[in-house]
Amino acid sequence: MSEAEAKPAGRAIPAPAVTVESQPFWDAAAEGRFLIKRCTACGKAHWYPRAICPFCASDDTVWEESPGEGEIYTFSIMRRSPTGPYVIGYVTLDEGPAVLTNFVDCDPDSLRIGQRVKVRFQPTEGGPPAPVFRPA
Amino acid sequence: MSLKGKAYIMGAWEHPTRDAPDKTSAQLHAESARGALADAGLSFDDVDGYFCAGDAPGFGGMSMVDYMGLRNVRHLDSTETGGSSYILHVGHAVQAIAAGKCQVALITLAGRPRQGQGGRPGGGARPGQLSDGAPEAGFENIYGGSTHNTYGMCAMRHMHEYGTTSEQLAWIKVAASHHAQWNEHAFLKDVVTVEDVVNSRMIADPLHLLDCCVVTDGGGALIVTSPEVARSLNRPRVKVIGSGEAPKGPSGGQGLDLTTSGAVWSGPRAFAEAGVTPADIKYASIYDSFTITVLMQLEDLGFCAKGQGGRFVADGNLISGVGKLPFNTDGGGLCNNHPTNRGGITKVIEAVRQLRGEAHPKVQVANCDLALAHGTGGSLGTRHGAATVILERE
Repeated sequence: MSEAEAKPAGRAIPAPAVTVESQPFWDAAAEGRFLIKRCTACGKAHWYPRAICPFCASDDTVWEESPGEGEIYTFSIMRRSPTGPYVIGYVTLDEGPAVLTNFVDCDPDSLRIGQRVKVRFQPTEGGPPAPVFRPA
Repeated sequence: MSLKGKAYIMGAWEHPTRDAPDKTSAQLHAESARGALADAGLSFDDVDGYFCAGDAPGFGGMSMVDYMGLRNVRHLDSTETGGSSYILHVGHAVQAIAAGKCQVALITLAGRPRQGQGGRPGGGARPGQLSDGAPEAGFENIYGGSTHNTYGMCAMRHMHEYGTTSEQLAWIKVAASHHAQWNEHAFLKDVVTVEDVVNSRMIADPLHLLDCCVVTDGGGALIVTSPEVARSLNRPRVKVIGSGEAPKGPSGGQGLDLTTSGAVWSGPRAFAEAGVTPADIKYASIYDSFTITVLMQLEDLGFCAKGQGGRFVADGNLISGVGKLPFNTDGGGLCNNHPTNRGGITKVIEAVRQLRGEAHPKVQVANCDLALAHGTGGSLGTRHGAATVILERE
């Protein structure tokens, strides 16, 4: 990537690697819907979504639409970036699982652990949009 | 010692698919594991040893252990010899079981070469093409995670839960720099202060430049021998008296805890095998990719209570000749060397120097007869492998 191309406004998100297992998630993301996986055998929701439940090994897992709301578990502001600081962190969804993401649409220095956030989808470089979270 | 009859193959299952366009390789590994465990009458929770080769998608066994939600793994082997790997793994599993390192070893193989580019681990990275790489990749690799900011997330949470401060973390770098000044080969030889660390530029909050290890070219090697060979050689003998290992990952995201590392499992296993306690250790090599790495591992290994790491490392407690627990007397990864971004071997090398009495005289620990070396590989903020060894001078 040339120097000129490397400086869009803010950090561009590369296209996510989509697998046959995750395709329903990314198809829904393209429609602005945020899906998580839940196991109908043990009842627990998990992240990242898998065909087989990581808690009870059942393959009775189903997609579930989530409002994508939760609170910041932790974060770090990456200062060493050619496109300016960006924030990576985990959000604990109200359904339970923690999700690795970027926190956006905020002053990074104003973020606090425990702060309520909500999902939105951000375009990626040639792939489906990716879930990011902004202050609620 | 013969290993004849020390272990049995009790489960075996061949996946029925011959063409799998609708499943990932990770899924095929997990389904194969389910099949073999069902055949044996066992469950995922019974597995305490996991063996895989280069066909396992992702980062060695760490991605697959996390994908399958294996909670009780205490022995990992990802030896890669191509198609013979799994036969070799049977032999390695027998050794591990005979040595008491695990009781139920799971060996998996799976892949989808019929699916073209998208069927290859690491393939299909281009937009619009299906991938079959690490199962977590699509959900994690896009967010700009690096070692700096994923370890930064751990430090941020540790500060939130326990009140740990940047000044306390800085003491870890200060101690390493006090040791590095005597190491002629150290990449950074200048002694630094707490102020130097906290005033260095912020890299990934709350980690400053001087909270980070060095980036260096280099290498190292170790020779481990039988007692018979050891006795025939004219060198001080360093005996391995305990070892422990453990993978740790988000494993489904429920109850995520970034303030603890896999050392909470690998440490007690090593101490139990050695029959010693943290209080007995005279010298500790502690993996120091970042200052927070050291602090969390010291807590998890039991050198201090959880959450007390900040107080423990402050005021020079890790400096040889000053504090109670001399650490990384070569200057560690923070000041001396982190060859090819992998600091595990230099941790063992400095522990051997200490036990032989061959560390620099300014940092040599008096009567150093018992040492520990511990490392964290991968990322503390996502999934990592922890390993502990306890070494004794004979």
